[in-house]
Amino acid sequence: MTLETEPRPAPAPPRTGHRRVSAALHRSPRLRLAGLLTAPAAWLVLVYIAALAALLITALWTVDTFTGKVSTTWTLDNILTVTTDPVYQAITLRTLRIAVVVTLIDMVIALPIAFFIAKVADKRWEKLLIVAVLMPLWASYLVKAYAWRNVLAEGGLLEWLGAPVGLNSPGYSETAVVLTLAYIWLPYMILPLHAGFERVPDSLIEASGDLGAKPLATLRLVVLPILVPSIIAGTIFTFSLSLGDYITAQIVGGTTQMLGTVVYANVGAANNLPLAAAVALIPIAIIMIYLFVVRRTGALNNL
Amino acid sequence: MKLSRSAKTILGVITGLILLFIYLPLLLVVVNSFNADRTFGWPPRSFTLEWWGRAVASEGVRDALATSVQVAVISTIISLILGTLLALALQRYSFFGRDVINLLVILPIALPGIVTGIALNNLFTTVLGVPLSLWTVIVAHATFCMVTVFNNAIARLRRVNGSLEEASADLGAGVFTTFVLVTLPQLRSALLAGGLLAFALSFDEIIVTTFTIGAGQQTLPVWILSNLFRPNQAPVVNVVAVILIVVSIVPIWLAQRLSSDSVAGTGAPGIGRGKIKKAKVPSAP
Repeated sequence: MTLETEPRPAPAPPRTGHRRVSAALHRSPRLRLAGLLTAPAAWLVLVYIAALAALLITALWTVDTFTGKVSTTWTLDNILTVTTDPVYQAITLRTLRIAVVVTLIDMVIALPIAFFIAKVADKRWEKLLIVAVLMPLWASYLVKAYAWRNVLAEGGLLEWLGAPVGLNSPGYSETAVVLTLAYIWLPYMILPLHAGFERVPDSLIEASGDLGAKPLATLRLVVLPILVPSIIAGTIFTFSLSLGDYITAQIVGGTTQMLGTVVYANVGAANNLPLAAAVALIPIAIIMIYLFVVRRTGALNNL
Repeated sequence: MKLSRSAKTILGVITGLILLFIYLPLLLVVVNSFNADRTFGWPPRSFTLEWWGRAVASEGVRDALATSVQVAVISTIISLILGTLLALALQRYSFFGRDVINLLVILPIALPGIVTGIALNNLFTTVLGVPLSLWTVIVAHATFCMVTVFNNAIARLRRVNGSLEEASADLGAGVFTTFVLVTLPQLRSALLAGGLLAFALSFDEIIVTTFTIGAGQQTLPVWILSNLFRPNQAPVVNVVAVILIVVSIVPIWLAQRLSSDSVAGTGAPGIGRGKIKKAKVPSAP
């Protein structure tokens, strides 16, 4: 343990209990650190880490069919069910597909706006634009999903906008889920991409131009390689946040079921917490695998 | 790279369209809260204040609002205390396991809300046997709100050095006196910003809340979710949604003005660069 200050003698002899504690704390940095750290660390470990560990264990338990209570019988049944049952496989694949499409859409939309904010707009505008992107990030997730229910509704805004060009609203469907999730997580993609573009030195771009590269060639050969870690950082958010969603599916998805829908149904109505825990492990596993695959790109330092 | 004037214009137009895409749905909710047509056909034909009147008169909405405020205030207070202690510990001392704790505080907001939600639900109901209530919601919210206070406090602590505290100690002030008279005033605006963000985060959280709230109790987001599919409640839901937008955006806007640490200093969840590490979100939600 490295400590920042050497203990010094207490300035005045302790007279009251309060002073005695203060003097003891003053003398021992270790004691001070313990005083600071105990409560928050205990909270995080006892509440959160314990909860995650318990989740893992519960997935290996089962539910007593008579009492409906969780019984602590060890079994791999839940894990086997969610990995081999075609219903769960289909839901897992659908959820993965939604998360991938959402990520791709966000990437395509975020690239031009992040580039414009970082490299084209002048400094005064840059700050304003960043705030404009950040603000809706903090508006309620629920309200944003609800807003899209309004947009997609029969006779709603999208139908009205699409009518002149012959486009129809997708209604409440998987497409609607993709659109809405892409909308909700977009700022999570724009911000790391903006940071990535900022890191590309202007001199490098100019040098590329001076050596005869056209703008598109510069983008592809000079900017893109530097940008890759930021792109991956953005995809980590859009991908993992989409994987865990169920509210959006509930609000605009019609009958679309995602992994989250199954987890929620098994916690509530179906009352099978062990199975719900096993299903919740799927997105965790997928995210872990994804993080493991991309860790070498340096993306994790861009989070 | 020399971009032609037209390329710049095109990029500018695309940026404008994307911002329109970002704000249009939220504006639609605001406009629809005044839309006289119950089915919210677009474009609206006439406007009314009736829905706002009904929302204000609705006991369910008032109760849910009171519950939301109560949960948000208590979890903000808990996260202010824990977040500040943690920031002081991690910034002023280096010790074994510091990086682990740093990661630990971000985790509740980095993992999808559903994982946090079901993990805590399982902890309360199966492991501890505690009945779900508002207190379980508060414990859950405080766990992920801590990070906003922590981020703001640690960013501030990095900028002010510890020499003032040493001077205070040299002049004979006790540890507590130094904290109250020297450390706290330096942290005040950062804590206010972090606290406002924590409040906003808790106020509109839905996923973790649905997993940890007791039967029959409703925060405002839970009220929205349970009334969303009832056609005769739809107009009031719009009004409540607008209230949620305002109550979450205003504290963020204030926090943004208070924390001059960086533009992104309000802490887009997990998004940041360089010296100020942030974590969300929102999870989402």
